[in-house]
Amino acid sequence: MLYDIFIDPFVQMYQMPDFFLQVLWEGFVAGILYALIALGFVLIFKASGVFNFAQGIMVVFAGLTLVGLYENGVPAFVALALTIVVMGILAYGIERVVMRPLVNQPDIILLMATIGLTYFLIGFGEFIFGGEPKRMIAEELWLPTGSTAIEMGERGLIILQHIDIAAAVIAIIMVTALGIFFNKTRIGRALRAVADDHQAALSVGISLNQIWAIVWFAAGLVALATGIMWGARSDVSFALEIVAFKALPVLILGGFTSIPGAIIGGLIIGFGEKIGELYWGGLVGGGIESWLAYIIALIFLLFRPQGLFGEKIIERV
Amino acid sequence: MKHFKNFALGSAVALGVALGGVVPQAAQAEDANYVPLLTYRTGPYAGSGIHIANGMADYLAMLNERDGGIGGVKLTIEECETGYDAQKGVECYEATKGKNALVYNPYSTGITLQLIPKASVDKIPVLSMGYGLSAAAVGGTFPWVFNVPDTYWDGASVVIKYIGEQEGGLENLKGKKIGYIFLDAGYGREPIPLLEQLASKYGFELLQYPVPGKEMQNQSSQWLNVRRDRPDYMVMWGWGAMNPTAIKEAVKIRYPMDKFIGVWWSAGEDDAAAGGAQAKGYKALNFSGVGMDFQALQDIKKYVVDAGKSPTDPESMGGTLYNRGVLNSVIIAEGIRAAQEKTGKKVLTGEDMRMGLESLNLDEARLAELGLGGFAHPMKVTCEDHAGSHPVFIQEWDGEKFVKVTDWIEPMKDVVRPLLEEAAKDYAEKNAPWPARTEACPN
Repeated sequence: MLYDIFIDPFVQMYQMPDFFLQVLWEGFVAGILYALIALGFVLIFKASGVFNFAQGIMVVFAGLTLVGLYENGVPAFVALALTIVVMGILAYGIERVVMRPLVNQPDIILLMATIGLTYFLIGFGEFIFGGEPKRMIAEELWLPTGSTAIEMGERGLIILQHIDIAAAVIAIIMVTALGIFFNKTRIGRALRAVADDHQAALSVGISLNQIWAIVWFAAGLVALATGIMWGARSDVSFALEIVAFKALPVLILGGFTSIPGAIIGGLIIGFGEKIGELYWGGLVGGGIESWLAYIIALIFLLFRPQGLFGEKIIERV
Repeated sequence: MKHFKNFALGSAVALGVALGGVVPQAAQAEDANYVPLLTYRTGPYAGSGIHIANGMADYLAMLNERDGGIGGVKLTIEECETGYDAQKGVECYEATKGKNALVYNPYSTGITLQLIPKASVDKIPVLSMGYGLSAAAVGGTFPWVFNVPDTYWDGASVVIKYIGEQEGGLENLKGKKIGYIFLDAGYGREPIPLLEQLASKYGFELLQYPVPGKEMQNQSSQWLNVRRDRPDYMVMWGWGAMNPTAIKEAVKIRYPMDKFIGVWWSAGEDDAAAGGAQAKGYKALNFSGVGMDFQALQDIKKYVVDAGKSPTDPESMGGTLYNRGVLNSVIIAEGIRAAQEKTGKKVLTGEDMRMGLESLNLDEARLAELGLGGFAHPMKVTCEDHAGSHPVFIQEWDGEKFVKVTDWIEPMKDVVRPLLEEAAKDYAEKNAPWPARTEACPN
């Protein structure tokens, strides 16, 4: 037993280096995608201090809008542009109808509002697009498909999916752009002020409504990118909503307010769950991936309760 | 733009509810036979559920339109949305059973398991066509449950039999590795006892790859394990979004698709098409016809779909899962017909329906008479055997459509039946006091 836990996995890694590298690559891709999803949560949390329960369904809604428009005869890139417009309208609508009436309400009220928003978007999406899974229009958006195989030794092989490489590149660009936008611009500073205290931000002339609309729009764009990338890996369906909650351990680990935290957290979870499942999962019958991510996050929390990059809040009585 | 129309219709209904609390309901006349359909057109499993729901509802609607119902009595068809959720399924059951429901089709093994103990109490049979609890085939223990034409154990035995044929005989399975990827729920776990039994009998290694429901669209770890373990064959028990994702992942790791075989619920055209041209060679079990070359299906098109009385997309008609739904309703309809003949009554109860289902005999002549010649293998239910272990065939994806590639293959009845009886006995003991059969055999 001790051999199986402490020795055998490392022997396997050494004996099958191509497979180990494949596991690392899959972990990297999964981590990047988790980071992208987590980013959507972080943006909303930074602006309103609320966990946006609707982020998962926003991923589905954005993906379905894109594919739905295309299926109705709209050219792919026009459909992409229109989907961005739709996400903008959605952000504006959420700000006007859901968020604005709840300014200064306790966080739990805002959380409940996002749960309500989730169910509204599920029903609305199913009404418009139906419940059937749809094929993501990856090729039509000029995203690369197919794969490249790199041979290693006599039997070794690493398979890199082109769509995964594209996902990693796009995610890195988006994360960098959003990081710069929210750290180096006036709006970014306003966002941090809003996150600290709604009333104080209002008192210094920051438009809360504008900030919220911008942040929800940014989260919508992140949702669209996630929907395209994850949809290309499987299909766009309402089951994708659940995948978004894979970001929860990433947030616990990285901190709810940190963009770098979302990225590092995503990568740690991505690598951790793949390596754990592939090398240690068999000891307990497999299928440990879904809860291993939480265990990893909890271990980190023992040492940094605020998450890796989360803000340490000191409240004095 | 069909969905936009649906949206407009839905909004109008919602407005009606808001203003007057009036919900249009299926008319339920006293001189009609009431058939509730537990379906799911929403949620993670809708991709499979929609086709089944359409096929079931359309065939029954066609009988109403073309023949005025069955035996001169119209059918009242009412769908209840379960979302493939056991709790919602039970809610649907409780909400509709009081309307003199004739039979329940849960379309979920999880819901079926919940309804089995209720069936004998409420005197309403459960028809789990090719799914549910395998042991329910033992009519002496489960007089109220029917899983004709086959149990999952029959299906699993056919897969192993087919693999044995490919290897030149079952004895050549010794030392082989057979991977089993399955939805980690009651459905996917159901055939494991039989597969383990066969593994020990024929000496192959059974490798299991469970896919949690929440990870249906995130299967890269399972398929990395497959890549490492290099099983000689892969068998799948998937449903909903799990199927297309698994086929895509198999393509991704370059698993030989001609050695990948799905159960009859992993046989949808949309599932295989997700893998693109590289999915060519993927195989699946089937027990219902594919295509539109059947008079009954043409009648559905003429009387229901083209007449605008169904949400079915005409292009989806004839698909594997749509036709499976049709076959389900053929069994319901023939059960009703048999019950009317046995009892002499036109408007039936659940008890009459149980008798009808237990008298079901769909022979070749009857299938031809229904406009379904060659659509399914002849099937018969007896008081002892509610599944019948009927032959199934294997179809292969040619890149555009499924093509039948084998003749009808008989399940390993000699292995399956004793196990079913043992499992039925075990179920009754674990759920003691399980009621002893008191229902008379109608045959």
